[in-house]
Amino acid sequence: MIEIVGLGKWYGPTRVLTNCSTQVGKGEVVVVCGPSGSGKSTLIKCVNGLEPFQEGRISVDGVSVGDPKTDLPKLRARIGMVFQHFELFPHLSVIRNLTLPQIKVLHRSADEAKEKGKRLLERVGLAAHANKFPGQLSGGQQQRVAIARALAMEPIAMLFDEPTSALDPEMIQEVLDVMVALAREGMTMIVVTHEMGFARKVAHRVVFMDEGEIVEDAPTADFFVKPRSERARLFLSKILQH
Amino acid sequence: MFSNFDFDVIIRSLPYLFYQGMTFTLLLTALATLGGIILGTLLALMRLSGFALLTVPAAAYVNLMRSVPFVLMIFWFYFLVPYIGQWVTFSPRPMQVGAFASCLVTFTLFEAAFFCEIMRAGIQSISRGQVAAAQALGMTYPTVMSYVVLPQAFRNMVPVLLTQTIVLFQDTSLVYVISVTDFLGAASKVAQRDGRLVEMYLFAALVYFVISLAASGAVGLLRRHIAIIR
Repeated sequence: MIEIVGLGKWYGPTRVLTNCSTQVGKGEVVVVCGPSGSGKSTLIKCVNGLEPFQEGRISVDGVSVGDPKTDLPKLRARIGMVFQHFELFPHLSVIRNLTLPQIKVLHRSADEAKEKGKRLLERVGLAAHANKFPGQLSGGQQQRVAIARALAMEPIAMLFDEPTSALDPEMIQEVLDVMVALAREGMTMIVVTHEMGFARKVAHRVVFMDEGEIVEDAPTADFFVKPRSERARLFLSKILQH
Repeated sequence: MFSNFDFDVIIRSLPYLFYQGMTFTLLLTALATLGGIILGTLLALMRLSGFALLTVPAAAYVNLMRSVPFVLMIFWFYFLVPYIGQWVTFSPRPMQVGAFASCLVTFTLFEAAFFCEIMRAGIQSISRGQVAAAQALGMTYPTVMSYVVLPQAFRNMVPVLLTQTIVLFQDTSLVYVISVTDFLGAASKVAQRDGRLVEMYLFAALVYFVISLAASGAVGLLRRHIAIIR
């Protein structure tokens, strides 16, 4: 469903991605990990065209992301994205955060959007907070609202950009639980994360990146048991100690 | 020292001062603020658009407006607006523009430059993550701006915008250069007719002072009320 071929990207003269290729099938869950600054976030931001790229191509459900003729907003509406810092709209109530994009982008009626929004808030266990403002919720709750907001668009795939790294430790689990449930329901997901427990539990494949390159792209079990590259071994030994 | 002052002149001229003068002053302030914020926001969006075709004219406009004495602008527009009107409407004669309309155009255009810079700061205060999140949901540029960025930018900037409005309120007195009867103009006329310059100017100063001070206080209260919960 998502195909990345020979992706290359520069920020001015600095090369940030080099010849990255991978693909994600329908219903597949792929975890992208690697040291910070390795280009993981940049890679998934290229998938929905939030970051432009100079080399290679990406196609999502047959639509080419880099093609200037592609209607990017239309494509993005079909791909959900969850950010490290939640990025809920602080001036809107929780329910408005969920209904606004449905109404403005999918042209759903206000009632229909609200109905859908409430169902999703219930699903992430936050129905009671519908009329609060994002600033009144904890980080974990905000991130769950952000996931619900993305799901309200009925996406064909979800991108997660370090969804738990800005959270206090005791709130990480509640967000991971929602993500695990989503993965088990068959959602196509690309997840940038350091949560190796999550990767072990639900990921079909793990992509390991370092210095802008995809160093390893292996089925989850293989990655943890016998990583091929020295760099991946080193990374795992550091991250699995705690 | 006030023994030979006649404060009764103030009481006698109150209806004229407020009904004619203050109405003009407040109406001009309100409409120029409204127009200035709308035009200023458009200019700010132009300046931040990243297209030279839009950024250069907007920047040039703002810099021009901020480098010319305001009184000169008022003069200039008073004589120029009828001809611009003629040019825009293809009429054979210069358009008949009242003093109020002329002032309104001048103040709106002038204040827009200041509101532009305020709104630009406001828009820049919204994190790129907010824009990215809105785009990731499939929103187009106009939707991102009108429902996500501008409402937040505007709320962040309301105190500054209103403070600028208070400055504008005081600046409206500059319309005296084209002999328009605003509040100060009205006071001035009474002062000269009755030879009560000190009393009238003292009173006018007091009125401007009280209104500006009260408005500043109100802005301070408002600031606490409208802050976005984070």
